[in-house]
Amino acid sequence: MTDLSKVTIQGYRRDNGRVGVRNHVLILPLDDISNAACEAVANNIKGTLAIPHAYGRLQFGIDLDVHFRTIIGTGCNPNVAAVVVIGIEPGWTQKVVDGIAATGKPVQGFSIEQNGDLKTIMNASRAAKDMVHYASELQREECSISDLWISTKCGESDTTTGLGSCPTVGNMYDKLLPHGIYGCFGETSEITGAEHICKKRAINEEVGERWYKMWKAYSEEVIFANQTDDLSDSQPTKGNIEGGLTTIEEKALGNLEKIGRTSQYIDILEPAEAPQSGMGLYFMDSSSAAAECVTLMAAGGYVLHTFPTGQGNVIGNPIVPVIKITANPRTVRTMSEHVDVDVSGILRRDMTIDQAGDELIEMICRTANGRNTAAEALGHREFSMTKYYRSA
Amino acid sequence: MSEIPHLLVHEQGDSVGVVVVEGLEANTDMLVCVTHDNSTFRLTALEAVPIGHKIALKDLAKGDTVFKYGEDIGIMTADVKKGHHLHTQNCKTKRW
Repeated sequence: MTDLSKVTIQGYRRDNGRVGVRNHVLILPLDDISNAACEAVANNIKGTLAIPHAYGRLQFGIDLDVHFRTIIGTGCNPNVAAVVVIGIEPGWTQKVVDGIAATGKPVQGFSIEQNGDLKTIMNASRAAKDMVHYASELQREECSISDLWISTKCGESDTTTGLGSCPTVGNMYDKLLPHGIYGCFGETSEITGAEHICKKRAINEEVGERWYKMWKAYSEEVIFANQTDDLSDSQPTKGNIEGGLTTIEEKALGNLEKIGRTSQYIDILEPAEAPQSGMGLYFMDSSSAAAECVTLMAAGGYVLHTFPTGQGNVIGNPIVPVIKITANPRTVRTMSEHVDVDVSGILRRDMTIDQAGDELIEMICRTANGRNTAAEALGHREFSMTKYYRSA
Repeated sequence: MSEIPHLLVHEQGDSVGVVVVEGLEANTDMLVCVTHDNSTFRLTALEAVPIGHKIALKDLAKGDTVFKYGEDIGIMTADVKKGHHLHTQNCKTKRW
């Protein structure tokens, strides 16, 4: 095993000191009705990326807070070099611009009212073109592996995720967290059945108690308040059941393998919240739906995502490379184009969890250095806003 | 391990193992491996079970708790015999 403290990657060091592994120029809509203008700008200016989404009007309360945190956090992510923001009106547009400007990166806002789409598109396209020139001259530089912020969430789980791909991610965290990376796991509903174990994996009792309160509040205020049946069709999902998972407890115990044997979480994050307590592992209160969860973790500032799958989830993210790991030989056989790291050897007992963890770390370094993931090559850019309740 | 295992069990004392080969047929003499300590034993699969699905390691009666990872994963809703398929037709969560 190489000395991980000496391992370096080639990344983009941003003005705020954070390290990115991609260099996107984003065309970011504040709201759903600004998607068309954003897509037009991205079509005009090559090397930019529009991120259309479904919400942003008449939201209020914590639903609005999460919306702003998600949009601003996406713009702030170190994988983003520069941002054009377009909204229907200037007030909330400026709020997003100010939030992203705090990182020191170039950001400009445009609003459509009293300009119309065409004038907005022209002005925003000129700004986007300048940003492409700026971003394309930025150089990768040598950074420590400890500069990486790596999140995880699994999807289309089956019994092989708990045997192979989730322990592989856990082994990676056990090895890299001591070197100073930031980690993140979440999926609040999917800890159900393993909450007694998850509570004990906190760094101390106070954090464990806060975690347990958060988990219990979600169960009571969301699941039990809104359920119309016994949830057997949703958790586990039809795909999970097809893959052999019978109960939420079984699914949760496999899921929790992602935090390894020794790692402990140091704090709890609100959805899309950036960590404030220094290096280490965090739990983000989040949906267990793949695109929603990865979108929130990317908005929290994580630059790489490790995604164990059993039956074969195909998800990607617009700004964060999503590395897929599977131990299921049938998925390797039938969906190989979606698999970045094949750890099916664990099931044949010809690969150890320790070896699988090393292979994942190697793939993390290659991906950080620029290798496109399967999801990137296949054009998966799922960006899904978390919505708390209907807009006013 | 020269022979590839058919069934993996997480912990000693678990009620079930997971089929890890495709096309497992009835009456297969399975090599079973407990991943926690790499110990092995043999068990006959009494029906065809798909990859990823579970096989009971002992007779279980309706109302029994099912253990996997050394933890409670649910309750039996029907009897199952050792070597048979254990899934949603005979087991459910205690949560919802």
